[in-house]
Amino acid sequence: MKIAVLSGKGGTGKTLVSVNLAALAGDAAYIDCDVEEPNGHLFFKPADVVTEEITVKIPAVDQGLCNGCRECVEFCKFNALAYVDQRLMIFEEVCHSCGGCILLCPLRALTERDQPIGVIERGFSEDVRVMTGMLNTGEASGIPIIKKLLADVPAGLTFIDCPPGSACTVMESVRDSDYCILVAEPTIFGAHNLALVHELAQLFGKPHGVVLNKCLEGPNPSEQYCQAKGIKILARIDYEQELGVLNSEGLVAIRESDRYRALFASLLEAVREEVQHETALDPQR
Amino acid sequence: MLIAVPVDDKSMKSKVCVSFGRAPYFLIYDTDSGSTDFITNPAAMSQGGAGIKAAQTVVDSQAKVLLTPRCGENAAQVVAAAGIKMFKTVNDSIQDNIDAYKGSGLSPLEDFHPGFHGQGGQ
Ligand code: SF4
Ligand code: SF4
Repeated sequence: MKIAVLSGKGGTGKTLVSVNLAALAGDAAYIDCDVEEPNGHLFFKPADVVTEEITVKIPAVDQGLCNGCRECVEFCKFNALAYVDQRLMIFEEVCHSCGGCILLCPLRALTERDQPIGVIERGFSEDVRVMTGMLNTGEASGIPIIKKLLADVPAGLTFIDCPPGSACTVMESVRDSDYCILVAEPTIFGAHNLALVHELAQLFGKPHGVVLNKCLEGPNPSEQYCQAKGIKILARIDYEQELGVLNSEGLVAIRESDRYRALFASLLEAVREEVQHETALDPQR
Repeated sequence: MLIAVPVDDKSMKSKVCVSFGRAPYFLIYDTDSGSTDFITNPAAMSQGGAGIKAAQTVVDSQAKVLLTPRCGENAAQVVAAAGIKMFKTVNDSIQDNIDAYKGSGLSPLEDFHPGFHGQGGQ
């Protein structure tokens, strides 16, 4: 069972939600697909970490063999190649590793080489399996890391901490999930960001519910959005100093406080019910 | 000597295009004869790497100078590799910028925006 946790922008509490749910569920997995700014591991502080380097295949040119026919330049639909001043230029971070140019080059001037783009760290925090994707700074696309992270998801309950927003990396993270938890802040911007990820969940036909985070007294535009769209509200997390302190100290709230344990337990229960409900409605899923 | 300028349409009365990589046309202006040529930018519709392909087009035009309001890092590398000098346009009038260039009134373009990857938009 894969639960994707999403939000329209960073800092809304999707790491808080996914970390605590995974910690609470026990014998679960937490996968951090927010590869540009993975921070779940800062809370879990996993032990026995094994690091795997993630590479992509990109072309390398032997300028001595290349005669400037430019077939590769014409071919590359990502425009990762240019031929200037009698030299082939390769833009590694634009290349999508399709391998086409290498096959195509009539003079076999192009060969494949492994370009490291980041790592995956796998470890344990108590009984939670923690997997973290980390993209090297400067690399444009974390997709290969996310694909790899999600390629070997363990059986059992898995929480996927998705990248913020609604870009391709998010879609990749959500694609195989069974359920989406959308985390939203109680502001007009929060409601706008919620709408973004809500549209994404709908696009993929994923059952979904909302966690209203940082709730304060007074009207909550994100809550109003849920009511208007008929979206299930799974839980409300109040804006509290205690939680802020736990967060800033890098502590897992449910491991420190019975009150938060109870709060996330009822959220987990709500999610389980929702997922069962969906499975009952659609046995194919 | 040839000058390239990204433009919105095939006319001197058109405007300097705000985008380099996705400009529909490039004006290739000959400072010696005053003649103009408008070439289509094949990158205008590309998904990603538009700047690189647009820069390749400018390089292939034999231009030695590029006047543009902005330019991405990747495109700038291609243009620089060909020894083309880049200057920042001062307004959207094609003629004003050519006149300013001739009168040495343009400053070199030095700040390049990071490439926007087809996927991300981050
Ligand atoms: S296809 Fe091969 S020979 Fe032709 S430009 Fe590309 S690398 Fe050079
Ligand atoms: S591998 Fe594919 S994407 Fe990369 S440069 Fe070659 S043709 Fe372009």
